[in-house]
Amino acid sequence: MTTKVADDWRLRGQRYRLEGERCEHCGEMIFPPRDICPACKKPTKTTHTLSGRGEVYTYSTVLSAPQGFEVYAPYTVAIIKLEEGPMITAQLTDVASADIEIGMPVEMVTRRIRTQGDDGPITYGYKFRPVFLGQGAE
Amino acid sequence: MRDVAIIGTGEIPVDEHWTTGIRHLMLEAGLSAMRDANIESVDALYVGNMLSGEIVGQSHLGALAVDFMGLDNAEAFKVEAACASGSAALRVGTMAVASGLLDLVLVLGVEKMTDTSGQETSAALAGAADAEYEVSQGISFVALNALLMQRYMYDYGWKREDFANFAITAHANGANNPFAMFQRPISAEMYARSPIIATPVGLMDASPICDGAAAVVLAPAEFARALSPAPVKIKASAVGMAPLAVHDRKDPLALEAARISSRKAYAQAGIKPEDLDFFELHDAFTIMAALSLEAAGFAERGKGVQLALDNEISLKGRVPMATMGGLKARGHPVGATGIYQVVEAVMQLRGLAGANQIPGARLGMTQNIGGSGATVITHIFEAMS
Repeated sequence: MTTKVADDWRLRGQRYRLEGERCEHCGEMIFPPRDICPACKKPTKTTHTLSGRGEVYTYSTVLSAPQGFEVYAPYTVAIIKLEEGPMITAQLTDVASADIEIGMPVEMVTRRIRTQGDDGPITYGYKFRPVFLGQGAE
Repeated sequence: MRDVAIIGTGEIPVDEHWTTGIRHLMLEAGLSAMRDANIESVDALYVGNMLSGEIVGQSHLGALAVDFMGLDNAEAFKVEAACASGSAALRVGTMAVASGLLDLVLVLGVEKMTDTSGQETSAALAGAADAEYEVSQGISFVALNALLMQRYMYDYGWKREDFANFAITAHANGANNPFAMFQRPISAEMYARSPIIATPVGLMDASPICDGAAAVVLAPAEFARALSPAPVKIKASAVGMAPLAVHDRKDPLALEAARISSRKAYAQAGIKPEDLDFFELHDAFTIMAALSLEAAGFAERGKGVQLALDNEISLKGRVPMATMGGLKARGHPVGATGIYQVVEAVMQLRGLAGANQIPGARLGMTQNIGGSGATVITHIFEAMS
């Protein structure tokens, strides 16, 4: 899979700031933005930035990685249930895979997701780290 | 609406077909089905395929197929719904014949997956998921199933080895299928020792990357007996949908699209799950087999694994599955898989399944899952002879 520069630019609000939406009709919190509320199916355009706090719903340590991610293996992907309600798929970082548990509180950080050779674009985006390791780690 | 029947089937062995290109895979399976149906032309050819553009660099498969098969007067195009592409093509063909627009339709499923490296194929397969919000994070198709399996084990207290019987049963049945990729049994120990791909999914939880093609010929049921000595009626054809990304499903372990698709199919056929003689489910991963059994009404939530532990999924069990090896042992050439399932179901209903024959099978169901459960297509078949 090749990451395209236009994609990275178009998705910057979601990748760097977790910009979602809040449905003005039913109050549903939505990530990523859909412009149609998945709950009430009405049009929604109100941007709402999510807190980036949540907990691990499930996780997997990838040992055999797809093309473009081989150099990062092993790495751990997870589905995070954000405190506002939506779930999001992301890598976990700053934690040994043996220490990961379902229900573990995590928070969003901005990290490099992948590079494409020496000359290709570098994709940045969200990963999640355990809350208790976060303070002062940067 | 007219009833639709299958009057011929064809398949080629699932394998790594280094010496055969995609056009000849289609040709062999398609012509074999037409020979079985004893016909020389069709009104249409619909091709189920997912990855020809990404892996072979060949789009426009419909035109290629009718050209090389010499079916000059047939209309043709490709139908794509990730791993459910084969069943999606069958659905299109069924609608065409049922509506009265067309009479004879050839439905092909084909996939060529071994012309690229495993990593490239794996990346192409990931296209079944959400490219911007799943794949971009380093998610592979295996990892999506691993995320589901991990949560399932957490919620219901199962261990990895509890899933072993799904793979063991599939391999035991594949051992008697000359068209299966793996024609050898595996043991619980082999399952336990298999390398982990993405925790907790191991090699023996996963179906293999492979090449294959299979085909069926459809005709109006009213003419089917005149055309074929042993036609099989399509009693139900139903599609269920769920959000594309696993994280966008309210209850990811519910496999909602499979529940919807199964429920619609039972209603169309006027049957209950327990009326079925067998269930060719989509065991791309052992977790998918467990979730499918639950969504289709054979087990309560969290209890699908128990059916495997109790041997109820074997040929002599309550819900025989993967009767010719399933995705795990026959193989999972993605766009062809849905049609292999149907070819095998027809074989059971015609009494031609050899050592794996379910005695007196009259009613069978196939279920083909696209992606990790966003598209689920179910068909129910009944013997007419």
